[in-house]
Amino acid sequence: MGRGGWRRDTVAETRGGGLVHAGPGGQRRLRLLGTRCRGCGAVFFPREDHACRNPACDGAEGDLEEVPLSPRGRVWSYTDARYRPPAPYVCDPSRPWEPYVLVAVELTAERMIVLGQAAPGTGVADLAVGMEVELVPGVLHEDAEHTWTTWNWPPVAGGR
Amino acid sequence: MSRDVAVLGVGMHPWGKWGRHFTRYGVAAARAALADAGLDWRDVGLVVGADTVRGGYPGHVAGAAFAQALGWQGARVAGVYAACASGAQALDTARAHILAGLVDTALVVGADAAPKGFFAPAGGDRPDDPDWLRFRVLGATNPAYFGLYARRRMALHGDTPEDFARVKVKNAAAGAANPLARLRTPVTAAEVAASPVVADPLRLLDVCATSDGGAAVVLSGLDFAGAARRRTRCGSARSPPSPRSTRARCPTSRTSPPTPPSPPRPRSPPPDSGRPSSAPRTRRPASAPRTWTWTWTWRRCTTCRRRWSWTGTRTWACARRAGR
Repeated sequence: MGRGGWRRDTVAETRGGGLVHAGPGGQRRLRLLGTRCRGCGAVFFPREDHACRNPACDGAEGDLEEVPLSPRGRVWSYTDARYRPPAPYVCDPSRPWEPYVLVAVELTAERMIVLGQAAPGTGVADLAVGMEVELVPGVLHEDAEHTWTTWNWPPVAGGR
Repeated sequence: MSRDVAVLGVGMHPWGKWGRHFTRYGVAAARAALADAGLDWRDVGLVVGADTVRGGYPGHVAGAAFAQALGWQGARVAGVYAACASGAQALDTARAHILAGLVDTALVVGADAAPKGFFAPAGGDRPDDPDWLRFRVLGATNPAYFGLYARRRMALHGDTPEDFARVKVKNAAAGAANPLARLRTPVTAAEVAASPVVADPLRLLDVCATSDGGAAVVLSGLDFAGAARRRTRCGSARSPPSPRSTRARCPTSRTSPPTPPSPPRPRSPPPDSGRPSSAPRTRRPASAPRTWTWTWTWRRCTTCRRRWSWTGTRTWACARRAGR
């Protein structure tokens, strides 16, 4: 897979920064990168680069620009993975399986739901539908040569 | 123009974990359906195949695979792949061919040889495919999606894990009554609650098992079905009578209740009720003339269990009792 996570392989050639977005004032914070149609404003994640998929949009093919998604959202639902998922999930098959929580987060501005893992150590008892969460970097798997990065959705500190 | 098609026959291969090629299950189901329909395979005009094995050649070009396994006979062939909706889409394709007048009869076959454990994508890297990415980046299996919906229902509508368990209890009871089902043991809500969690809040017994098996349906246009029914009744069927064809020879062979026939009028008075001749006859008042009353009820043919007929029960009663 090369250095870094899958997103770097698919996005690095164009952006060089993968998931990292340079915000106002030069700050670098993690943002998910989707694409938005310049014609109708529809947002896509994973990114759509060829043509807008809004049936009501008559925009030209390729008229999509990269756009960072909101870094905060509300929990739409959550579940966990008590058994090891099959390939191509990245994990060490020799280590005992540790369940993780999967979260569906609703982004208000984009009016879409994005999936992601909760922070390591989070259990289903720690979450509730409607809770505010924010985007932070995470590590999917690490070995001696490679690090596979991902994103996590921990609850906002002190938030509800 | 009617948009209905007729179901001439159905067949199924038992569900389980047999470890064979999917065409074995489909052929067994197809032959059972053709026998149920009383139709020869050589008289089928279209075969539509459905198979949900992913990757490679999706569905293993299922229609052609079944046509080859049953024996090439010149029928049109169609294959569909729509994951879990493959069977429904196959029926839709066959129905459209029949309604378009392209074929008189169609055989629809669906069969699966399911892997053990979670359904997984085929090998290879496909970062442009969201259905590959959800495994790669998130480990989001199929039960995980249903777990998300279940948790959402609990938050929005107050559903409980006990509500979900009742679905399994109902399904297990249905399986216990079906000799072709894979899971034939009744299950209690307590057993569901005691099974391990797979994707919270769903437990092992809440999650569908992945199974091997097959099912088949023979469809035809309504005109062909009517002609087939008449051929079966008079015994001059084109194909040799199948073991089920005798069941079609029931009195009316109707599949839906029509308007009731007019009750016949008796030509002679009813027989004596059986009173001893020494008992005095009570004189019937003149204002209460005798009349026949027919009571018509629908009864399902006891042989084929599918077709209906009117059964009349004739009684006589005085006009006052009859309500006239």
